[in-house]
Amino acid sequence: MKPYSDRGKFPERTENGNVIDLDSGKFVKLWQGPQHPGVTGNMSLEVIISGDEVVDLTTHVGYLHRAFEKLIERRLYIQSFPLVCRICVPEPDTNEYGYAAAVEELAGIQIPEKAAWLRTLTLEMSRLTSFLMWLGGQAGAFGLGTIPQWCLAHRDYMLDLFEELSGGRVYHMYIVPGGVRDDLPRGFARRLEDVLQKIEQVMSDIELALFSNAVFKRRAVGLGIITRDMIDEYGIVGPNARAAGIARDLRKDQPYLIYDKLSFEPVTADFSDAYTRTLVRYREMEQSIDLIRQIMAGIPEKGAIHVRPPNVLHWKIPAGETYVKAESTRGEYGYYLVSDGTAYPRRVHVRGPSYTHAVVLLEHLALNTNIADLPGLMVSLHTYPPEIER
Amino acid sequence: MEQINELKARYSISDSRDQRPDLGFITVDPGRLAALLAELQQVRGYTHLSFITAVDYPETGTFQLTYMVHNFESAHSLGVRTVISRDTALMESVHHLWKQAKTYQRELKEMYGIDFPGSPGVDDPFILEGWQGPPPMRRDFDTRAYSEKTYFPRPGRKTSDPRRHMQSRLYPDYTPFEEET
Amino acid sequence: MHNKETLPNLGLPEHERDLFCDARPRVSKPLASYIEKFLNWSRANSLWILAYGTGCGAIELRPLFTARFDISRYGMAPRPTPRQASLLMIGGYLSVKTLKRVIRSYEQMQNPKFVIGLGSCTVNGGMYWDSYNTINRLDHYLPVDVYITGCMPRPEAIIAGFEQLKKRIKDGRAEGANQYAEQFDWYKANQKKIITDWNMPDYNW
Repeated sequence: MKPYSDRGKFPERTENGNVIDLDSGKFVKLWQGPQHPGVTGNMSLEVIISGDEVVDLTTHVGYLHRAFEKLIERRLYIQSFPLVCRICVPEPDTNEYGYAAAVEELAGIQIPEKAAWLRTLTLEMSRLTSFLMWLGGQAGAFGLGTIPQWCLAHRDYMLDLFEELSGGRVYHMYIVPGGVRDDLPRGFARRLEDVLQKIEQVMSDIELALFSNAVFKRRAVGLGIITRDMIDEYGIVGPNARAAGIARDLRKDQPYLIYDKLSFEPVTADFSDAYTRTLVRYREMEQSIDLIRQIMAGIPEKGAIHVRPPNVLHWKIPAGETYVKAESTRGEYGYYLVSDGTAYPRRVHVRGPSYTHAVVLLEHLALNTNIADLPGLMVSLHTYPPEIER
Repeated sequence: MEQINELKARYSISDSRDQRPDLGFITVDPGRLAALLAELQQVRGYTHLSFITAVDYPETGTFQLTYMVHNFESAHSLGVRTVISRDTALMESVHHLWKQAKTYQRELKEMYGIDFPGSPGVDDPFILEGWQGPPPMRRDFDTRAYSEKTYFPRPGRKTSDPRRHMQSRLYPDYTPFEEET
Repeated sequence: MHNKETLPNLGLPEHERDLFCDARPRVSKPLASYIEKFLNWSRANSLWILAYGTGCGAIELRPLFTARFDISRYGMAPRPTPRQASLLMIGGYLSVKTLKRVIRSYEQMQNPKFVIGLGSCTVNGGMYWDSYNTINRLDHYLPVDVYITGCMPRPEAIIAGFEQLKKRIKDGRAEGANQYAEQFDWYKANQKKIITDWNMPDYNW
């Protein structure tokens, strides 16, 4: 469905591709971002429009490059823990888990069972926190101002719980090599349940306010359609792929930690556009709430939460390489760790799902959309720049 | 893994190892890599490319390139490794197999100086802007010296080696007789 | 040779130099003390923040703008464009690529304008002190009025930083823009030392 059919002749399509001649007066080149409220995080889009239709888009990243992978090579294994969680700000625990699990695997450390439960708990809590922030952004990108207020206020309740658990609101550094840092505080289960009920309540409001909102429906349905053939070609993972009907969830396919003891099914839909992706993520929030309840019901009362690693200041890890991945809110998030037997890692590569979503996929999906829908499209892919440039 | 054994002779796979039941690593000649990846993608079901990355070994003068592919049917990841020379850092491009490969190759060109002729936009700067030094992810580039030379470090910052610092706090009388490497 | 009073704009191509302004920033002298006092009082109570999330500090700005911490209680609001904003929040580490855009945004802001450095990495590089791509001292590139330390600073700390800034403004000590105009050559030299592909006017406004 092309809304402006009379603009179909711009750009002229030839065998060698589209002819975009900026001097012809038919096109305008715009830069969206990095100083632009509609762009997720700090990145920029070089957009060429004809009328208000996007005919070409190039993503520019690198504004947040802190050279994490270089710095990790200069740090002891234990010194890198404060660094890795800063790669992804809304969801640091996936990074902590990925790095810790990779180090443990090469060092041959088995974590105690209770630590695995606690890690799963923090991973699910951070998924819920990240989704709450994202849902606010998605609604805000389509001009609904109330929902971000609800979402961010309720995200703060989760942050309070994180603060109680780990001492930090945003960066937790709770998952350490050998287990987790601390046990659950007394009365944590009750306070967590209170917060979950609050979130459930606001989510039922959001469902009414967002999914039956005429503006949201008109703008999000049909925006940025991902077909099934594109999934493997572009390397699409996570909710973006699940919305297209591909039930791929690392928690189910390659269960890590204690995900094989929890009962859940990957949320899927059959048609991946911005509206469905929002719906899938919304259902995954409900799933996370359910999983947190299952974890709190099954978590062992007693038990070790931490095995002591060798003296971390002299910690040499046997040579080897491994790749550990986890399902973050955006899909497969992985750590590739190469050790050469010294106290410093030889190489750590961080694989973030936005690497494909925000660059090649966005450049493809943005074509022929309306420029006003670009922020909504970006948010619906849940792109997050720091994991692209690290 | 029996799939890999079939491929072994055809692609002269020199080294194969199972890291976990769901993760294996193989090493292949750089010349055969693109053909192997094409077969893995189109025949063997390894349809998903997780990442492409490089590991620098200046002491042997080589780069190790790792292509991580994943098979969703058997839930098995395979790290395809290849070793290329550090001086003539050239590699065949695989952008025709996966769309996202060109982004990884662009990054490797910028960060390690590994060239992938034919990959679209491989010479465009990706992350850095106006960078004039050597490729920064190479191990012989000293990021600390560069930072101290360039960015006006604020005086008063104390940096201590964590090992020596803890040693001096816990065992003030202890003198190390052997320098750790 | 160019006139000392104008800027050479050497980063621009020859044919584009006429299109851009080449005037230097000017120091605006304070008015009579009672007028200036009133102006400072009003400046302090309507700080509009440029919503440019330059780093991870941006994540604590969102709770600040929304229902829980609700910064509009203090007469502050996020603005999307530099022309309407009077407060630039540097949300943490600045890579060289972002610094170029931040300088541009800062110079486009109208007087009176203030800068807050958020997070330890603006003070001395923080966690990324040895990174080849992040600056170590923000005050070598932009005049900073208040630093808020921490990684990440809590919203309460940011509110306390705002209070500190208001106090400075009311006391007439937040003269960052004038300092930038006075020391313009020093700031430009520092900026151009690390931004090697300077392709914009020397002073963008």
